Amino acid sequence: MRMLLKIIKDFPWFLWSGWGSIASILLFLALWDVGNHIYGDLVLPAPKAVFSEIYRLFSTPEFLVDLELTVERGLLGFAVSLAIGTILGLVGGRFITASVMSRPIVTILVGIPPIAWIVLAMIWFGFGDMTVMFTVVVASFPIVFVGALQGSRTIEGELSDMMDSFHLSFWQKTRDLYFPHLFSYLFPSWVSALGMSWKIVIMAELLSSNDGIGASLAVARSQLETSTALALVSVMIGVLLFVEYIVLEPIKKEVESWRD
Amino acid sequence: MARLEVSELNFYFGFTQILNEISFELNKNEIVSIVGPSGGGKTTLLKLCGGLLDVTEGTIANSFKSSAFAFQDARLLPWKTTIENIMLPIVSKYGYKEAYSMACDMALKFGLEEKDFEKYPKDLSGGMRQRVNFARALVTKPELLFLDEPFSALDIGLKRELQDFVLQNSISEGMAVLFITHDIMEAIRLSDRILLLKSDPGEVIKTYEIAQPKSLRDDEFVFEQTRKFLNDKDILEIFEIKAR
Ligand SMILES: Nc1ncnc2c1ncn2[C@@H]1O[C@H](COP(=O)(O)OP(=O)(O)O)[C@@H](O)[C@H]1O
Ligand SMILES: [Mg+2]
Repeated sequence: MRMLLKIIKDFPWFLWSGWGSIASILLFLALWDVGNHIYGDLVLPAPKAVFSEIYRLFSTPEFLVDLELTVERGLLGFAVSLAIGTILGLVGGRFITASVMSRPIVTILVGIPPIAWIVLAMIWFGFGDMTVMFTVVVASFPIVFVGALQGSRTIEGELSDMMDSFHLSFWQKTRDLYFPHLFSYLFPSWVSALGMSWKIVIMAELLSSNDGIGASLAVARSQLETSTALALVSVMIGVLLFVEYIVLEPIKKEVESWRD
Repeated sequence: MARLEVSELNFYFGFTQILNEISFELNKNEIVSIVGPSGGGKTTLLKLCGGLLDVTEGTIANSFKSSAFAFQDARLLPWKTTIENIMLPIVSKYGYKEAYSMACDMALKFGLEEKDFEKYPKDLSGGMRQRVNFARALVTKPELLFLDEPFSALDIGLKRELQDFVLQNSISEGMAVLFITHDIMEAIRLSDRILLLKSDPGEVIKTYEIAQPKSLRDDEFVFEQTRKFLNDKDILEIFEIKAR
């Protein structure tokens, strides 16, 4: 609760400190406009055209349905990989054999490009929800798994000894030692897995689904509606930026204030 | 009367014998030092006495009601502030508010300033972390205090200050202290009894009683005694000091 209050209190300051980023965004828009003048509307529509397209998109119900569907798939896939990755990682870290054995598997999982998973998933599950979510899960699971594995492997015997020397209860040890330690590994891995889920869900939809933002992007491409495509891309980036900087960054700052 | 009694203690890590036939006792009001070279099993002995390792051969009878540790490295929880670290051992017993004010009192006693109370360990100097370490151990008002070379990394001034604090507590509260060190001067200044522990395996080869009351030990006395110790052939041998 105290933490929540602090996050809210620090929020205006946090926004104020964003002027630098705003300046760089404006510069980017200016360059974009120059590009439009050079290459024309078909290749690179003007920022203004794209923004009015974004506005139009948000007032069409079909788009909102698609957006919701994509967010839903992304979050569901993320939640599944978060749950499985966290549990398996924490348990795996407690057993040396399990951690050693999981290493090559994780390396392989990380190494397989998501596009390969999409192809396989299309063969296994056909077109639609299952393929999209499967791809999201396999792509973001290893990130969470590795974070949890490292967290549980690095619980310090020395701090644990210290807690034991004061005869503290298991409950207090969990609350004051295990949980903060594990969380400091888990939280960053959850954040990167969330970002990964969002990118993968759109790519998977683009290739293997009839609905969702990714599919709309595929349609826009085939009909050469460049401004719609750019508007969709902007929305994707917007969602990512919103979640990363407005939602997660303040939380991260607060829960990690004890770090160097 | 409360006491810690160790008798015929043997200890092994795997097949390596670490401790061999250790026997000694520690009573209320007493400070007993264990002096020996590093790797000799001193920390292991302390952990056994404090119940952090299980006794396999021999016995340790501890009738003190409470005990606390101060380690060489401060071992503070990095995600807790100065005060939260100090109140760690008492917070579930007294509740947050009460424990908080007890921790603040103790922090001030140990020379921490109010501006340091809300800092995390990363923002404290090594000396301040060690103050927190001691405050955390003594806030529990232990009847028995285990010290594992806690002064080793400190400058002379802070070393003196913390030693005096332990000494005062021992004299006024009757706190017993089991004190591990490889610094003979430190041991002579603080202890009623010094056990000399040789290594491979750890074995008490000599016990020195120091009769002089602790409050009457001035630098003169400590230097004089240290000089005598350094002429003792057992000490020369276990610390492998080459006689010139
Ligand atoms: N957990 C452990 N497992 C195996 N050997 C250990 C362990 N802890 C300490 N030892 C060994 O026991 C010996 C004594 O260690 P320690 O008690 O820390 O000595 P000291 O505190 O006197 O420096 C050392 O040789 C050390 O390598
Ligand atoms: Mg040691």
